[in-house]
Amino acid sequence: MLVSIQPLNLMLIFVGVAVGLFIGAMPGLGSVNGVAILLPITFLVPAGSAIIFLAAIYYGAMYGGAISSITLGIPGASTAVATTFDGRPLALQGRASLALVTAALASFVGGTVANVLFTLFAPVLATVALSFGPPEIFALMLLAFATFVGLGGDDIPKTIFSICFGLVLASVGFDQISGEPRLVLFEMDGFLQGIGFLVLAIGVYGIGEMLWTIEQTRGEVTTTNANLTVKGMFSDLREASQRAWKGTVIGSFLGFFVGVLPAAGATPGSLMSYGVAKMVSRRPETFGKGNPDGISAPESANNSASTGAMLPMLTLGIPGSPTTAILLGGMVIWGLTPGPRLFINETEFVWGLIGSFYISNVAALLINLAFIPLFVWMLRMPFTILAPMIFVLSIAGGYAATRNMHDIWMMVVFGLGAFFLRKLDYPLAPAVLAIVLGPIAEPTLRQSLLLSSGDPSIFFTRPIAGPITVIALILIFLPALQFVRRRRRKAMA
Amino acid sequence: MKTTKRTLLKLALAAVIVGTPAAAVAEDWEPTRPIDFVIMAGPGGGADQIARFIQSVAEKQDMTNRPLVPNNKGGGSGAEALLHVGKARDADHTLLVTLNSFFTTPLRQEKLGIDTETFTPIAMMGVDPFVLWVHKDEGITDFESFVEKVKTADGQWVMGGTGKGQEDSIVIAYLSDAFGLKIKYIPYDGGGAVAKDLAGRQVMATVNNPAEAKGFYDSGDFVPLLAFSDERLPAYPDVPTMKEKGHDFSYYNQRAVVGAPGMSDEAAAYYRDLFSKIYETAEWQGYLKSESLSPLWMNAEEQRAYWAKQVENHKKLLAAMEN
Repeated sequence: MLVSIQPLNLMLIFVGVAVGLFIGAMPGLGSVNGVAILLPITFLVPAGSAIIFLAAIYYGAMYGGAISSITLGIPGASTAVATTFDGRPLALQGRASLALVTAALASFVGGTVANVLFTLFAPVLATVALSFGPPEIFALMLLAFATFVGLGGDDIPKTIFSICFGLVLASVGFDQISGEPRLVLFEMDGFLQGIGFLVLAIGVYGIGEMLWTIEQTRGEVTTTNANLTVKGMFSDLREASQRAWKGTVIGSFLGFFVGVLPAAGATPGSLMSYGVAKMVSRRPETFGKGNPDGISAPESANNSASTGAMLPMLTLGIPGSPTTAILLGGMVIWGLTPGPRLFINETEFVWGLIGSFYISNVAALLINLAFIPLFVWMLRMPFTILAPMIFVLSIAGGYAATRNMHDIWMMVVFGLGAFFLRKLDYPLAPAVLAIVLGPIAEPTLRQSLLLSSGDPSIFFTRPIAGPITVIALILIFLPALQFVRRRRRKAMA
Repeated sequence: MKTTKRTLLKLALAAVIVGTPAAAVAEDWEPTRPIDFVIMAGPGGGADQIARFIQSVAEKQDMTNRPLVPNNKGGGSGAEALLHVGKARDADHTLLVTLNSFFTTPLRQEKLGIDTETFTPIAMMGVDPFVLWVHKDEGITDFESFVEKVKTADGQWVMGGTGKGQEDSIVIAYLSDAFGLKIKYIPYDGGGAVAKDLAGRQVMATVNNPAEAKGFYDSGDFVPLLAFSDERLPAYPDVPTMKEKGHDFSYYNQRAVVGAPGMSDEAAAYYRDLFSKIYETAEWQGYLKSESLSPLWMNAEEQRAYWAKQVENHKKLLAAMEN
């Protein structure tokens, strides 16, 4: 613990968090890029300081992602896509500072809860993560879909259509298990690599949102009303803690747990938390229209999950997310062997790192709160100036992520498609969820069925998978039952 | 002295000349842009670890004037990477870190039209052996009891490995054929995930590379039973080889760096020199030892011959697996 408060490490934490905040706020660039780009720099400092620096970047990026999601409506990183669902509407209502404060506060709580859980239960949780085989992971994915279908208040057939559409997009490209190319549309090589999640998210939320706003304002020069005083920010802090605590609690715990499972990571964690927060809410219809719980759930979850994802990396040597995979590479270079022995052989390193999480978290909160007035001020620009900026940022961000022109065209296509689907009242969040979870759900489904020789009862008979599957199925069919019952009542009356 | 525009210009020019290192003048070719360092696998696996290790050694020792930028393209058993490098617009700045899917993927997916013979050999950094692992709770300590246990399981013995037609499935197919075993094979998207599911006993055995299983071996969770190497591995002296069990079979994953097709001779010479220097560093030699890789340095000609041999070899192995 003392390791993390040495002057060098403290400085690295602050620099790392600030860099991460910026990288996270840039659309397309996420913590993966930040950590990968800065990895070589870390050879200048001792190994312990190096990973603390990278962890600070990782943390900062989780905070930063929310900034562009809220102010511009473009997800700054894949982990912040769910933050746009409610963050952007709230900003458009002139409550950008409430949205940003909620995000910062939720991130802080999520990070802290995860740190405490990590400190207390790391070895136990590693065993829990190991007990999740393919059937358990698939059951969990099913549950995630169920939270989006069930009890939403949205049009259920349209939601299901949206999920299926996302799943089809997710299966484009190489089949993960057999290696065969599938659904290579028009025989274009660009589709061989599949449809990137960021390409869809930036297309739908960056370009689609821009088109939507242009149509709504019809060329009028509009500015978003966004005043900010110190007093205002304090009252926002109070309001955030009153109106967003439920989402924060859900996100903090669920996010951590999903992050701990290898292969999942912070993006599924934040989307699932959003779904659950909406499901348990007494007024689910306010989600997607600027409900603070819809911001606090994904934001607390992505920070919580990013700490959680460190756990399988350190204890099992298996990365829980793409970013931790790169951190893992770093550890090998520094001469540390991640795995069950790390907690015993390198105690100083492990606890120094965990200590740095706590400090990174405080640093990120302070830096973030200090900059909120600047971000809010950005929103006061007239939309005629903001729109081209959003467009350029979307295109540049999309290209930075994949370095492929094909993806830029796809982004434009998705943007247009999203605009029309939105006019027809199709919810788009489920499609985004499906393209994130599809690539996890499909291989685990197939692996499970291979394990059971094709018998689907494997999802019901295993002690962990069974209950999860049953809950998921109930959630999916409950609305259908209610629908039938309501009809029958009508027929009787 | 009056400072005129001209003297300033002269000073600037002088600074440029002095500032240029002598080495750059002596060498014929040097990269002028960051080098696209493409990896045939996703982040976290063996190939990725190696690529990032090499990058960091080059960075630490300041060996390149432009950085190596790792670029994971793991889709379709490496087909994504092969297409990307095969059609590289700037062949002189595109390198590929390979594994054996460099041989198997073009064979299994002829319609992609990838001809690996057109690629430029650069360096063979080493070969990675395969080892048969079980979880300690399986209660097996030697290969004979493994064979017996798999036979009594009668088709219910589950092994995990990488995608169908890739390295792990080839080794397991050969193993089951040689000893008449019935094994249920579950494909995963990478060696890391396979090791994790052996640790959680979701699968009963694997053929991970030592680097992937080392953490669990050190903690006593994994038990090595058999090595698919030519000789016993120095780090696992008590583990017998497949050859000792009467089958002339060894299998390694190649850890080679390959240049894009159409790379100029000057650029290829530059990279061969660069990677032979990296190969000689204490860091890389240490990595080979700690991760149980075998050194197998080859020049460009030998690499081409090795590729041809491996392609033939894999044709046979894949054909045998189909039957």
